[in-house]
Amino acid sequence: MYPLQRTAPAAADAAASCEIATSRTDPVDRADDDAAGDVLTVIEPVEGWTALGLRELWSYRELIGFLVWRDVKVRYKQTALGAAWALIQPALTMVVFTLFFGRLAKVPSDGVPYPIFSFAALVPWSLFAFGLTQATNSLVGNQQLVTKVFFPRLAIPLGAVLSGLVDFALALLTLAAMLLWYHIPPTSHIVWLPLFSALCVITSLGAGIWLAALNVQYRDIRYVLPFLTQLWLFLTPIAYPSSLLREPWRTVYGLNPMSGVVEGFRWALVGTNTPPGAMTLVSTVAAVVMLCAGACYFRRMERTFADVV
Amino acid sequence: MWSESRRRPAIRVERLSKRYSIGARQLRHRTLRDAVVSSAAAWTRRIRHPIASREAQDNRIWALRDVTLTVPKGAVLGIVGRNGSGKSTLLKILSRVTYPTEGRIEIRGRVGSLLEVGTGFHTELTGRENIFLSGAILGMRRTEIERRFEEIVEFSEVNRFIDTPVKRYSSGMYMKLAFAVAAHLEPHILLVDEVLAVGDAAFQKKCLGRMSDVAGRGRTVLFVSHNIDAVQRLCSECVLLEDGRVVAQGPTPAVVQRYFASVNAQSQPGTWIDLTNRPRRGSGEVRFTAAQFTSFDDRVGGAPYAEGPLTLTCAIETDQARTVGSMAATIETAAGTQLIEADIQSIGQVLRLKRGRNIARLDIRSLHLNPGVYSVRLWIGQTAKSGFDHIASAFQIEVGYPPAGTIDFLSLDTGLVPCAFTLAQEHD
Repeated sequence: MYPLQRTAPAAADAAASCEIATSRTDPVDRADDDAAGDVLTVIEPVEGWTALGLRELWSYRELIGFLVWRDVKVRYKQTALGAAWALIQPALTMVVFTLFFGRLAKVPSDGVPYPIFSFAALVPWSLFAFGLTQATNSLVGNQQLVTKVFFPRLAIPLGAVLSGLVDFALALLTLAAMLLWYHIPPTSHIVWLPLFSALCVITSLGAGIWLAALNVQYRDIRYVLPFLTQLWLFLTPIAYPSSLLREPWRTVYGLNPMSGVVEGFRWALVGTNTPPGAMTLVSTVAAVVMLCAGACYFRRMERTFADVV
Repeated sequence: MWSESRRRPAIRVERLSKRYSIGARQLRHRTLRDAVVSSAAAWTRRIRHPIASREAQDNRIWALRDVTLTVPKGAVLGIVGRNGSGKSTLLKILSRVTYPTEGRIEIRGRVGSLLEVGTGFHTELTGRENIFLSGAILGMRRTEIERRFEEIVEFSEVNRFIDTPVKRYSSGMYMKLAFAVAAHLEPHILLVDEVLAVGDAAFQKKCLGRMSDVAGRGRTVLFVSHNIDAVQRLCSECVLLEDGRVVAQGPTPAVVQRYFASVNAQSQPGTWIDLTNRPRRGSGEVRFTAAQFTSFDDRVGGAPYAEGPLTLTCAIETDQARTVGSMAATIETAAGTQLIEADIQSIGQVLRLKRGRNIARLDIRSLHLNPGVYSVRLWIGQTAKSGFDHIASAFQIEVGYPPAGTIDFLSLDTGLVPCAFTLAQEHD
């Protein structure tokens, strides 16, 4: 009769079942007991900056794995095109860029076919942009977890960014197919690819944890994000080469970590004349600083997440 | 050495306090603009009134205040208290979801917390996938989940649907699966918040059994519930919280008695009982402000009695004139079992309220209840679906024996309901 929640009466004879309940002992857990039974946890009020807690984060790596697995598993559920979405977006962007920047505006492309030129940049860009978006919304989207279970909060944006790696792998395969099509042979530079991919993830995570933490407090971030991503896209040498800039401006341009990533990708895969240099170094430093500062800020705000989100 | 470590308490809480900021300045979803405006305002205020306090103190509430507790290893401790007394906040701090404002806690051993049923479930995933996901989120290792997988499925009673997405489950099945995962957590210290009330009666019984099973294995359990029956069965000791403070701690029967006394204070027949400060739910446009009850029988001082009449008079305030389709009083046992309900909807009547204060009377012709102490729940809503006000525990009534000579064919000493019967004997 009453829709509002009321306490349900207990099963009248639950007592009987308590007596029947078996008292099995699990040898594995018992062994675990004596080792871990005395682990002391102290909970105290915390103020100001705290350590990053990377060791604790590492001990929760299995959980991070599960979070990534969940995100990947759920992402293309109930979509008609499924994982093809991972390719459609960068592919269509490439087509648009090729038409407008390549054909009409005649933007130079460092001596490689414009479609390859732009797609080689769009692959890491998609990883970055996807990770950034997912990470930003991750804490708010996982409210249920944040308010009900303890685990290092950094696991949430980290899992969100890492889940983009699956789409990234698919896009890389497509890029490989395109390189074959255009008869561009791989060079030894390709061994650098994992490093540039890592730099891309660091950049994505670095920006993502800032925005994720801010998003808990200020939902404005949700509206800022699409605009920010778009702006960042044009601040990154995707539709145009960074060779348009003279030194020292090219090096300054590296302050946008994604310029280092994108030019690195082109050099490693397509063989443009943009080898790792001062710009790459600046990008790497910028990305790492952003990540460390972001992690510190995140840790500082973390303790209010459950109360504020 | 070994026994030394055994004697150390599992949990030691010292002078724990938690303050929440509420009110207009700290609404949940602040925007940047608010932050900019309010910090600018704060600066100008500080410049203009350098001595004045930084913030008004009245929009801060203490959810917990100076709580000190020691829980020995292997104890099963119940935490009882009214809504808003700080029980859940305490569990949240112990499970490290939120941080304390003051105080210190020492915990020895791995903590597992069940603050809700279905933590980490994702509706798009199948039952099987959710067991792994939820298990991992609740702190189980993958190998541990694999080892217990069959057991969990067995417990959940959803074997046939284990590879169906849980969004296709009935809510009962969902709850059962969720609880099954949670029930197979094996931490040293288990924190449980109000999760036993899931599923049908048989499943509830199973859950209670499982809980006492865990407790019986030497685990330390902290159990928060409004379900006093369950608390009484599981816990040998209890803590009573009131307004964030520990007001009683000791053997369960004594604490539970104290709890009931505090929940249902000062209820005399024929006098107005103030309801304005009762914990309640509902949208609040219409509110019960006071109530009284009487049998109008002077021989017993107006007290209700078995098979006698009972009149409940409610003072109701509303923000505008409206017609209300459902107003009900439910009489329950002290432990919360609902016995009788008088809802105007069931007799097809409506209540016409004018703006401001109204008085409404429910006349129960004959109270089929045996002598004892009962709790009254009040409800008012537009329909039975949307509630304006709902006070789970409005006041307590003591039902007495009928005045001598009124009724003489009743069995009143055993059971909850009087039984009218006669004896006939046949002689051949």
